[in-house]
Amino acid sequence: MATTITKTETLVGKRIRRREDPRLITGTATYVDDIQMPGMHHACIVRSPHGAANIKSINTKPALDLPGVVAVFTGKDTEKIAPVPCGASLPGLRVPHHHVLAMDRVYFLGHPVAVVVATDRYIARDAADLVEVDYEPLQAVTDPEKAIAPGAPPVHPEWPDNTAFNYHQEGGDVDKAFAEADVIVKQRITSQRLIPAPMEGRGVVAEWLAGDRALTLHSSTQIPHLLRSLIAMMLGLEENRLRVVTPEVGGAFGCKLNVYAEEALMGFVAMKIGKPVKWIESRRENFTCTIHGRGHVDYYEVAAKRDGTITGIKLKLIQDLGAYHQLLTPAIPTLSVLMMPGLYACRNIRADIVGAFTNAVPTDAYRGAGRPEATHGIERMVDILAAELKMDPVDIRLKNFVGNDAFPYTTATGLTYDSGNYAAPFEKALGIVKYKELREEQKQARAAGRLFGIGLSTYGEICAMGPSPATAAGGWESATVKIEPSGKVTVMTGASPHGQGEETTFAQIAADELGVGIDDILVLHGDTAVVQYGIGTFGSRGTAIGGTAMYFAIQDLKKKIKKYGAMLLASEDVSFANGVCTDNQSGKSVSLKEIAAASYRAMSLPPGETPGLVATNFWEPPNFTFPFGAHIVITEVDRDTGAIELKRYVAVDDCGKIINPLIVDGQVHGGVVQGLGQALWEQAVYDDNGQLVTGEFMDYALPKASNIPWIESSHTETPSPVNPLGVKGVGEAGTIGCSPAVVNSVVDALSPLGVRHIDMPLTPEKIWNLVQAGGQA
Amino acid sequence: MIAQNFEYAAPGNLQEALDLLAGGDAKALAGGMSLIPLMKLRLTAPDQLVDLARIAELNYIREEAGTLRIGATTTHYQVESSPLVRSKCPLLAEAASSIGDIQVRNQGTMGGSVAHADPAADYPASLLALEGRVKLVTAKSERELSLADFFVDTFTTALEPGEIIREVIVPVEAQSTGTSYQKVIQPASGFAIVGVAARVQKANGKIGMARIGVTGLSGKPYRATNVEQALEGTAAAAADIQKAAALVAAGVDANADLHASANYRRQLGRVYTARALAAALSRMA
Repeated sequence: MATTITKTETLVGKRIRRREDPRLITGTATYVDDIQMPGMHHACIVRSPHGAANIKSINTKPALDLPGVVAVFTGKDTEKIAPVPCGASLPGLRVPHHHVLAMDRVYFLGHPVAVVVATDRYIARDAADLVEVDYEPLQAVTDPEKAIAPGAPPVHPEWPDNTAFNYHQEGGDVDKAFAEADVIVKQRITSQRLIPAPMEGRGVVAEWLAGDRALTLHSSTQIPHLLRSLIAMMLGLEENRLRVVTPEVGGAFGCKLNVYAEEALMGFVAMKIGKPVKWIESRRENFTCTIHGRGHVDYYEVAAKRDGTITGIKLKLIQDLGAYHQLLTPAIPTLSVLMMPGLYACRNIRADIVGAFTNAVPTDAYRGAGRPEATHGIERMVDILAAELKMDPVDIRLKNFVGNDAFPYTTATGLTYDSGNYAAPFEKALGIVKYKELREEQKQARAAGRLFGIGLSTYGEICAMGPSPATAAGGWESATVKIEPSGKVTVMTGASPHGQGEETTFAQIAADELGVGIDDILVLHGDTAVVQYGIGTFGSRGTAIGGTAMYFAIQDLKKKIKKYGAMLLASEDVSFANGVCTDNQSGKSVSLKEIAAASYRAMSLPPGETPGLVATNFWEPPNFTFPFGAHIVITEVDRDTGAIELKRYVAVDDCGKIINPLIVDGQVHGGVVQGLGQALWEQAVYDDNGQLVTGEFMDYALPKASNIPWIESSHTETPSPVNPLGVKGVGEAGTIGCSPAVVNSVVDALSPLGVRHIDMPLTPEKIWNLVQAGGQA
Repeated sequence: MIAQNFEYAAPGNLQEALDLLAGGDAKALAGGMSLIPLMKLRLTAPDQLVDLARIAELNYIREEAGTLRIGATTTHYQVESSPLVRSKCPLLAEAASSIGDIQVRNQGTMGGSVAHADPAADYPASLLALEGRVKLVTAKSERELSLADFFVDTFTTALEPGEIIREVIVPVEAQSTGTSYQKVIQPASGFAIVGVAARVQKANGKIGMARIGVTGLSGKPYRATNVEQALEGTAAAAADIQKAAALVAAGVDANADLHASANYRRQLGRVYTARALAAALSRMA
């Protein structure tokens, strides 16, 4: 029989619509708050209204007296729960004991003090107001520099210097570089506190089946397996008695890469009352009690030769930690140090971090996590240096880039950049904006008195976090690929995607590898009872590590498929392609579907083989991946009001091999918007008493669609040698590349007035004051 | 974000609503764009809400004897999109179109916004420039008041207990009038950091009438009569506009918050007064 083999269309590289979207768009996705259970109770948390206070007494009786209230727990009841864990370890790190409920003192606005459990959420909320807490307010400190200054009120009385850690890293000979420098530029640069503000806040539903000694925790998280391990430990429960289910997650941006007090608390409550319990974070709680991002005060010094060669970088970094360490709090600024040199071949670096406790909610990973701060710092400093040397900011970058022949390139901070061609996206972006003509246009605009700015940023970042030795809890990822008896393919990924589109991109890769249609593939994730142990989705690691684990599982399956094919075809020379196994001699073939059926029916087995087609792979990456790119922003400043017009936004990103350009566009757009948010509008502001001034959307200026310019996004593709897919990661690139390009642009616009730096956010008032003062502010 | 318990009534006619409100303890609910968030944050906890949404006799826009009468529960979107308002009082339509976002404009009402007297609300600038009036009703009485007298202070109006706005009354604009509302948007809330409404008419090449209403700049909206007087009788050359606009914040106790200091607000007031005047002049028939 003559067979016609139709080549399966290659899916990788195609703009395929996200398979996740129909359920999201039609409102049929299940989020934590959609979960209903018979007998489900509701919890409301009583929180500190003060930034710092002693708790003199708590009276729960009025709350307990309200009909419908079944329990109120305070710190005394939950004292035996192990502390909220910090996964980061640094030499000499001071780790406060982070009780799930406050004991005798509260350390930040919103600090949980008690939990009220009632038959419905309205009663729970009313009862929370009836819990009488007698506070003795204390002096708070919320500014990290003030916190580490002598005489500041101590956040934790046992550590009056408010210093959680000092961290030092050095590479090369910094003192020599600075001693021999032709020019040294210095600048204080801040990266303000930000509120991640996902559309869906946090939420937990806990169910305890006493007969089975089994606890199920539904939580909106990025890391279901790590959460299971750590919550089991906190509650003293055997890990295999705890199941974590992550339903749909409505955005996270790093803030759900954590283990929160409320997650353990709901497990505790469910076990105590023997009924399911739900806690859904309010927006106010999300603002005050879910981790914040950034919070840097950086003091940079850069040494250079007169020709623009950067010879040394010094950084003193003060990290606002907040009152506690959440999962990765102290580790975030160390990522900034690793990325200090950016794309530049500077061999001499020195960094000193001071981790400062403040009476504020902890900071932790927020889109970019340490790399936006580092990129902002180096990209601002390069522009400042260029201005000092009267060099074009393009030339100084091209002069200092790590050369194409230098990869793999080991940095002064100990990283090994996998691959790169840093000039390629930069030159492409410069071509798109017609840089030379643009500078001419600027000259004319300036002659007419206009404040017209051109801002460049050439960024690098660390993705695919990352080799296990470099991470707190393992940096591998897992995948199980099952070819079902019908030939349908089920992928279970340990990465727990929550908006990154991996149900689509993983299906594209698997469909191409197995020669089946994309609709034959189902990607499952986010349930520890279904999926083998995994790490999660963060640090732009999902496809580079999780996708690679799946790739290798499929390679194992292909070997088995060929053995079954050879058996069925009675041949010793077979190949597998496009979903069929073919006898290379006779041309006869057998389909994957037939092979799958035969493997499960198991009438006969290939020599030494087992029935079934299932493979699991735990893949340990040999290195991080290092994407890069160039963003160019054109702005014009209104002299009368300080308002900034974003005239053009050009992004050329190199994230390695692109699996789905549509999803990559979405990631770049979303990332850029969050970068614009930091550059122009967003700031979490605490007053001196520890009150959050920007405590709701009426005052915290999240970007709106109407604020966003057209983003001209394009790419270069430099494959990563770290994984066989060649992918690097793109989830955070937009954010990392964005903010320095915006600030460089506005500083360039104001440079005729002598302005050389402005801290974010670039509020119109700040800009107007600079214009008024002729650049001196 | 759950409000405290409250009684809720949704009367079908105005008299019933006024009877419910007569005791003075109940709070009238219109679009709920301000009241509901305040209740959810538990910053206010009324015992009873009287929802005015189902009262058909409060939702209308009609022309009557040289005026437009806009019922209290008319939404911003209705004002913005009404052919009558757009042709007979374009300033008000422009102000309505700048409020919040489309959801807010579909839900929020003119009466609710005016009664709330948020110092950063958009309508008051236009309503003062238009020398508008409000009709207020209780279960037993009815009175009319100029909006200049209605706005007393921040979140404070001349409304008595049990009294609600029945309608807002603005004059039909003369065809020769040019108008404009120019606003600096607070980036988080969408409210006005400063909003300036301008109405101008020229006669024989000179400004015969100028009206300037200002919102956001101080604790209550106001008419900048000093700007009006400085402009009237001039040819409205650029220098005249600048000179007049420079007076807009003179003697005003300017608001200060996270989004704009008092000094910066005054500057925005001057700039946006000039811009509103320039735009209004360009739109003169």
